[in-house]
Amino acid sequence: MSSAAPVVHGLILAGGKSARMQRDKATLLYQGKSQLDRAYELAARHVPKVFVSVRSTQLDDPARAGKPLLVDSVDGEGPIVGIRSALAADPRAAWLVIACDLPFLSDAALEQLLAQRDPTVLATAFASTHDGLPEPLCAIWEPAAAPALTLYQQAGRHCPRKFLSTHPLRLLEPHDRHALDNINTPEEYRAALQALDAIGAVPGALQSRRIHIQYFALLREQAGRSAETLETRAANPAALFDELTTRYRFTLGRAQLKVAVNTEFADWSQPLNAGDAVVFIPPVAGG
Amino acid sequence: MRFRFTDIAIDTAAGRHELLNPGAGGYVSFEGWVRDFNEGREVTRLEYEAFQALALKEGERILASAVARYPVKNALCIHRLGSLELTDLAVWVGVSATHRGAAFEACRTIIDEVKHRVPIWKKEHYRSGDSGWVNCERCAAPAHEHAHAHDPAPS
Repeated sequence: MSSAAPVVHGLILAGGKSARMQRDKATLLYQGKSQLDRAYELAARHVPKVFVSVRSTQLDDPARAGKPLLVDSVDGEGPIVGIRSALAADPRAAWLVIACDLPFLSDAALEQLLAQRDPTVLATAFASTHDGLPEPLCAIWEPAAAPALTLYQQAGRHCPRKFLSTHPLRLLEPHDRHALDNINTPEEYRAALQALDAIGAVPGALQSRRIHIQYFALLREQAGRSAETLETRAANPAALFDELTTRYRFTLGRAQLKVAVNTEFADWSQPLNAGDAVVFIPPVAGG
Repeated sequence: MRFRFTDIAIDTAAGRHELLNPGAGGYVSFEGWVRDFNEGREVTRLEYEAFQALALKEGERILASAVARYPVKNALCIHRLGSLELTDLAVWVGVSATHRGAAFEACRTIIDEVKHRVPIWKKEHYRSGDSGWVNCERCAAPAHEHAHAHDPAPS
């Protein structure tokens, strides 16, 4: 990225009507924290200034209070209104736009987006893992997109995905393939809660980390190595063992093993940190 | 460290010497030897390996807890690693105490706990030419649930 590239601000879209969810998606709780707070804190780890996009009717909403608000300044429907309002509020800035329904969004995804940003096109966005089309609501919108968006809306159109599909953009293959799994219905919310619980996730926990693994006895023979270091998104030893079992077809099950993290016995659900050393312990047979 | 590994023959005389204590009226030791059969198979030799960083800590905890629990003067445990032949000494435990009763009990507890808790693995090589990791192979079906309940076969 050249030094002439516009500065990037964060914009959390929290003005949606959440019609299918039947309640405000910004206030849905994940592990005790609202999705709005999660998205805001995540973005704030990557860009210096973050704003919350709201409609004028949401100015007094307590869920949105206490954060820098950016009120819609243009008419219309849908997320393009918030994006256009932000571009108008600071015409020299680019905007990292993040929707308020992405509970799996990770630090790794935002790092990739910012690192591979192309300021010479209108936007940098991920390709959907479902249909390959650009994901407009976790994307960097450049200042140059403003006039084209205005024309697009004046033509009576309001789908940001179709806008991006028909304008110059940088399309990225996401390394974190689940980061943009969004939720729109109460059923999807419940499933997301379960998924986050299962992987022990906190915001950003889906990013991969470097873990050292040592193998002993039967596991060493089946893995064909006594040690390795790998990048994994496994949040805890249980998920890591499942991942490795897929790779090496271990015949021992988790119920038969113990696990050690950093040379001490550990719980299967203990969160893994970058640089941790993990050893899976087959049934012992000293003496 | 009162719990140790060695790649060469265990020096039991040196271990015993370390336990000498003017207040001790007795000394009990246990030696685990490589035997020529296990669970109906003819065994020709053994290989031991350990996750040493954790095994040393866990072994030390076992010895410290035995010394705290029984009225004994001191306790040591030395375990072999690598390839062992029949009749070789695989593990040695020594305990000194004021009276013999506590020495016997502590020695028994230590060897039982070491076999049950310390991350050490034993591979048996059989007369028939194949080999297997003790407690791992027969139980390797995912549905099997009591692998850890197996008492490892005596050495």
